[in-house]
This record gives sequence, structure tokens and C-alpha cells, in this order.
Amino acid sequence: MNSRESILQAIRKLPKEEKNLPELPEFGNNSDLLAEFCEAITRNAGEVLLSEEFKKWMNENPLEKVISLVAAYSSYSTQAIPEDPHALDSLDLAIVEAQFGVAENGAMWLDEASLSHRVLPFIAEHLVIVLRRTHLFPTLHQAYAQLQGTSTGFGVFVAGPSKTADIEQSLVIGAQGAKSLRVVLVD
Amino acid sequence: MNHPQAAAAFLKDQARASWHDETLWYVRDKRDVASKRLPEWEDLRTLASDIKEHTLSQLDYYLEKFEEKALENGIRVHWAKDAEEHNQIVLQILQSKECKALVKSKSILTEECHLNPFLEKNGIAVVDSDLGERIVQFLNQPPSHIVLPAIHLKKKEIAELFHEKLGTEKGNEDPKYLTDAARIHLREKFLSAKVAITGVNFGIAETGEFVVCTNEGNADMGVHLAEVHIACMGIEKIIPRRKDLGVFLRLLARSATGQSITTYSSHFRSPRKGKEIHLILVDNGRTAQLSRSTYRSSLKCIRCGACMNTCPIYRRSGGFSYGSTVPGPIGSILSPGLDLKKYSTLPFASTLCGSCTDVCPVKINIHEQLYAWRQEITKAQGWSGKELSIKLAKGIFTSPLAYRVSGKILRAALKSLPNSLIYHPVNLWGKGRDLPQAPASTFSEWYQKNRS
Amino acid sequence: MNARSPHIGLFIPCYMDQFYPQVAQASLELLEKLGCQVSYPLGQTCCGQPLANAGYERDTLALTKHFVNLFKEVEYIVAPTGSCVLHVKSHFPEVMGLEAELEKTQAKIYELTEFLTDVLQLTSIKGKFPHKVGFHASCHGLRGLRLSSSSELQEPSFHKAKLLLDQLEGLEWVPLSRPDECCGFGGTFAVSEEALSVCMGKDRILDHERNGAEILTGVDMSCLMHLQGIGSRSGSKLRYLHLAEILNQALA
Repeated sequence: MNSRESILQAIRKLPKEEKNLPELPEFGNNSDLLAEFCEAITRNAGEVLLSEEFKKWMNENPLEKVISLVAAYSSYSTQAIPEDPHALDSLDLAIVEAQFGVAENGAMWLDEASLSHRVLPFIAEHLVIVLRRTHLFPTLHQAYAQLQGTSTGFGVFVAGPSKTADIEQSLVIGAQGAKSLRVVLVD
Repeated sequence: MNHPQAAAAFLKDQARASWHDETLWYVRDKRDVASKRLPEWEDLRTLASDIKEHTLSQLDYYLEKFEEKALENGIRVHWAKDAEEHNQIVLQILQSKECKALVKSKSILTEECHLNPFLEKNGIAVVDSDLGERIVQFLNQPPSHIVLPAIHLKKKEIAELFHEKLGTEKGNEDPKYLTDAARIHLREKFLSAKVAITGVNFGIAETGEFVVCTNEGNADMGVHLAEVHIACMGIEKIIPRRKDLGVFLRLLARSATGQSITTYSSHFRSPRKGKEIHLILVDNGRTAQLSRSTYRSSLKCIRCGACMNTCPIYRRSGGFSYGSTVPGPIGSILSPGLDLKKYSTLPFASTLCGSCTDVCPVKINIHEQLYAWRQEITKAQGWSGKELSIKLAKGIFTSPLAYRVSGKILRAALKSLPNSLIYHPVNLWGKGRDLPQAPASTFSEWYQKNRS
Repeated sequence: MNARSPHIGLFIPCYMDQFYPQVAQASLELLEKLGCQVSYPLGQTCCGQPLANAGYERDTLALTKHFVNLFKEVEYIVAPTGSCVLHVKSHFPEVMGLEAELEKTQAKIYELTEFLTDVLQLTSIKGKFPHKVGFHASCHGLRGLRLSSSSELQEPSFHKAKLLLDQLEGLEWVPLSRPDECCGFGGTFAVSEEALSVCMGKDRILDHERNGAEILTGVDMSCLMHLQGIGSRSGSKLRYLHLAEILNQALA
């Protein structure tokens, strides 16, 4: 018997005691989603900007290597998308769009369809996520309801910049992924 | 491994032990704040527990369903009955890719299988890419905590280590500076690795996808640059539906570190074009634990580490004192299932205070299982109540207390104690504590005089 | 209070009978002052808890049988201890032929404070105790019997002992930094893990001292014995009283 069969056999021969799979109730309140979302992002060491503020920041902080996958900010792109993701290593900034955000924790859903390379939001030194202010759900429950039936090969909730507290529990922003996260709210 | 001895050794450095306790209490405190933000917290715990109970009751069905969907998605699925087979599967994949160096993000399962030493013996260099894990790897140590691998180390030690290994400035202990040095070091490893290994937090039967959670982004940095992604998953990590993730991800990070969610929650459904994802489903004692009805629910564990942070023993004895891959309360109910003799002292490394049970996001009755293991261990080891009497005599019931309590009361249960044991010279109770003063009469005597 | 005075069988833990007769006496007097009819069935032995927690539940059969028979006649069993009560409720082994009686025993046994708050429903104790009191929430009472809300759970805050102590004039309740951390007694743990046990005890004492407690109280004398032993060794000024002693003194 191969291992697959022997594992499944070992489970099958146990006395069955059926236990119900619970249905999930509706959670999530109707508070001010945008305020809650902004608070969550701030708590996660990210920053929320309006489009104007973002443009100002871009003007004040010229970056050498930028890729924008958001049409409205395509003028910031300084280079084309390379074929090999390894070539993204020295990228200063990636600008991508999230499908929606989650108010309770600041998580934003990025689908690989809008990333060109899966590694893009991780490998860039800094990350900007553009989010429609109306595309917010109270909790992860509503977020997964939204995702029901979609079948992307890779998707990720990003809730802040990369971070670690592995040295004496001191929070350090910028571990292996993006060193900063700015969320740009658009209409 | 003997927990009391290891704990006593840990406590020798009192300042450090107290720092360790405070540091983990701080994490527990953050967990309290985060959990209390959610009015539905207890409902979520119940749901999570019920979903896991249900899944474990139909595990064969969900594993097959998961496999079927994963295969449809283009994921290659392997099954390993034990650690050895798991390691062999990994090695074969590496050899077929002529891979000599790989990056690995946090996976308790690969620790459990001792994958690193196995691969190194076969000439493959493994780089653990989580900062804490890289630190302990440099020191040739296992992680001392499943979420906070280097929680036992002080920044001074890490600074010295990085000076030696990464050439950082001598004496620079700034965590930001040290993290940055590790970032540069690891970046190079990510860029050159052909294969990346990750653990799995959740496998979803409905879709055949799996989810990996990190704060550093190290898992993603590894797999999205590599040609091959090997995901190692214990068979108990299955959940039925994608929407169940809503329940578990809301509980996981809040319980682990007090964050509302980890920075990255990555959902892998199919490999990139031209690349490969291999998923290894590992038993390694899990079906055996499943067959033990008293301990089955220990398989609900989602590895958040909250029971470690809350455990007054763990906080004051450190992860290494357990000598098991998973330390702390949950480890003490999992490990005896793997090797009862080796881990016989672990279920006793507890006061049965029950904090672990109350903090557990999937409601595992950890302290009750500790109690149950104690009953089995004494039986399996052939210990008897008589032997307990010897232990008691050496400690708490020595001297006057022993004379009175052992003589008068325990005698009923333990028959009689030889006097030489009662007056054993080693008085463990009295080492750090004064004995209560023996009163003139017992309550029974007083009652008979005054009330009867 | 109920119009009819309930018939109570007082259960006194073995070590309390031997070393803290004053606590047992205070429990008895307190219940009597509150109008209960209390008897102390003679011939009590250890309930078996230390053995069971050490992994020898199977060796406690005789003790269990004895306990059940001894308290057969009373309406309630009340004991000034949380951990022994929890043992009776959760870890008494099955005794062939005594199943129904055992179940009754488990249903009618109460830890002292829960008896006062839940059965007698005391809401207006007249008494004075002008001291700063820190309360040690022993784990088995806290998380086993749910004598108070636990800090891990999201639940409405409640505290049975505080409900009683708050009624005493002049008593100042001392809030702790870690209100429900274990003291490290743990039965045989106190000796099998001696170093840890003492360290945990020291930490508890420090918490009470730092927050200004003058008296440390609780509902489990075993934890207090352990803490007092450590406190006395280190020359701490903290005094230790069982909750029954405080209530009994206050009601005098």
C-alpha cells in the first residue's frame, strides 16, 4: 500500500462520529468603514493618503525605478515590466491596485492578474496600493464572500509594510518585503 | 529531556528569566487587547473549534477532495507517512532540479521532520528566511517558540552573532540596523534560490488552495522568485471551505501577536506559468493522535503560540526546557503521542491552571488533556502511587508536615510510608519556603471538643 | 437568605484540618452566623486530588467511595477550597454501583464563596474590615469553577469573592497587574518543579506588594500556604488570610 492509501485507510478505519459543519453567521457592524480602515492601516504602520497628497509625495521624493500598474499613475513608471522577476530587485516603488479592503484589519486583496509578477508587491523597496474608498468590507467574512467563486492562481491580503519583531520584540518595519506601505484612496 | 532540571537551569539567571517572562506577557497582553476589540470573539472560537472538529471527523473525505482540487489546479501532491518519507520526497524534488541551495520560510512541520540536518547531510544548503529562524539557525539552535523563534535571545547576543556572521559593526545592537543587515543578506539568498520551501497555515478542500501567513514577506520573496515551491503541510491543516478562512484568519494573528491580521496572507492555488508547486501531505503521527479520542482535539491546533505566551511555566522556563519541536502546553499534549517515554515529564510541567485552554482560539481543552496524559504516563511507566509517596516524602510532606499529613491522611490511600522516607533529608518544599507552623490541635480535634 | 436554613456538611481539606484549623473553624462559624445548620462529618480523609493530579486518579477509588458515603445525608456540601471542590466535580473516578450517589455529590458540593453568593445570595453583609486586601484567584476555582471571569475570555466581568468583600466596610480591594496568574503551587508541582514553583510564587507576592496589598487573601489555603511559605522565607511583610477568616472576623 502506498502512503496515500495507508494514511487514508488509517483514518477510514476510525469510528466515525459525524460532527456538523457550522454555517457562518453574519458578523460585522455598520460603523464608519473608512475611518476604521484608516485606523487599521495606521496601526499596521502603513499610511493612508489622498490622491493629491500622494502626488505631492511623489514630487518631493523622486525615485529612480518605479513601476505603476495603475493607469491613473502610469506617468510615474520609469521602466517597463521585465520578463524575469529577479530583475525587479532594485525596484524602488511599485504602484498596484487592490480589488478591495477590509476595515477591521486594513487588509487589501491583491490578485495576481493585477500584479504582472507575483513577487512585485514584496520585492519593491516601497509599495503603494491604490484603493477605491467605496470598496471596503467590514470584516474578512464579507471579503471572502466577495471572493467566493473567483479562481485566481495567487492572491494575497496585504495589510501593511513588511515587519518583524524577532529581535527582543522591538518592532522593525521593513524585514524581507516592502519597507513602506502607502494606501492611496481614490473615488 | 527532563523538564524540571532544564527549568531550574533556565531560572539560574533570574534577571533573564524575568525578562523572558515579561516579554512574553507583553505579547499575551497585546493578544488580550486585540481579542477584546471583537465582540464576537467567543463566537469565533466556537466556530473555529466546530469547523475543525467537523473536518477531523471527515478527514479522509476532505483530504481526498483537497487533493483532487489541488491536482486540477496543477499542484503536484505527495503523501508522506512519516518524517523520513517527507524528507526523502523533498530531497528527490531537489535532486531532480539539481538544486544545491534553497530558502525556507517558517514551517514547524519541517522542524518536526528535522529536514534541515537531513538536507545538509545530503549536501544541500538550507537558509531559513524568517529573521528569527535565521538567527537561531546561525546558532545551530532550534526555534524556542513556534511564532517567535528567537524570543530567548537578547539583542546583545544577536548583535555579536551578526557581527561574526554578517560583518555588522561590533557593538551595534540597534534592532533596525540588525534587521537591515539580515535583509541584505537574505535578499541575495532569495535571488539565487531555485527552490523555496514553505509551511502551510491552511489548506482549503473546496478549492485545493493553501494559505501561508507571514509578517516579513519572506515566504513570498522565496517562492515567487524560485522555480519550484515545495509546501509542507500536516494533514490536520485542512479546512473545508474558503469562507472558513474568515474565521481562522481573524483568530490567528490576534491570538499570536495581537495584530488584527498578519501583514501577508498569501493564497496559492496554482503555480506560475512554467513553474511548479509541490505539496507534501504529512502524517507523522497525526493519524495515531486522531485515533486517540481523548487527545484527538489537539489536532485542531492552528499553531498561534498563544498557549505558550500565556503559560506561566513556559514564560519562566523557556522553549528549550521542553525538548520537543512544539514547546509549551500544546507541545506537552502533542509530544507524548509521538514518544511517551521521551516526553514523560512534559504533561507534569504544568500546574493545570487552565489559562492555555481559555486562551486557545480553537478551544482545545489543553489542561484537561495534560491531566489525562498524566494518568496514562504513570500507568505506562509502571509508576505506582507508592512511588508518588516516595516523591511526596522527599518534598512537600517532609518533616512535621509529612509526619502529620502522610501519617494521618495519605496513609488511607497509600497504605503506610516507611519512616526513613518521611524523614528524608532532601526537603524540596523547604528549600525556598517555610513550612506552616503546626497548630496545637487539628480542626477535627477542636470540633469534637467544641461542637459534638 | 432562604427562609429555611439549609443543612450543610462541611468538607475540610486534609492539609487544612492539620495545619489551618483556624480557617476551618472560621468557615464553620461564618456559615453558622449566616443561619446555616452545619455539621462536620467525622472521619474525613483527603479527597484524592494530589494523587489524581499526579497521575494516579485510579488510586483514588477508595477515597471517592468514602467521600460519597460520608456526605450522603446532607443537602449541601460546602468546602473552603476551590481545588478540592473541582476535583470532586471533575475528577472523581467512576465507582461501580455508586453512580447515582456520586452524581448527587457532584451536584451538591459548593466552594464556600460560590455557596455564599449563589445559594445564600448574600447581598448585604454587615461587617467591617478596614484593610488593603489583594485577592489571589486560585486557578482551579477561577477557571475550573468559574468563580470569577478569566482575563483570557471575552465575557462580562464578574467576581464572586469580590462581590462579598466589597460589602465590607473599609475594605480596600487592591487591583493587581496580573489578576489571574497562577501562583505555582500546583500540588506535587510544588516539589517536582520546585524552582519554577518558587519563582512563580515570588512573582505573585511581588505583584501584591507593589500594588500596596497589606493582606493577601484567597479561597484556597494550599496556594496561600505556598505563598506564605515563600513570603515568610524572604521576610515579606504581607499577611495571609483565607477569605473565610476575613468574613468571619468582619461579621463578629
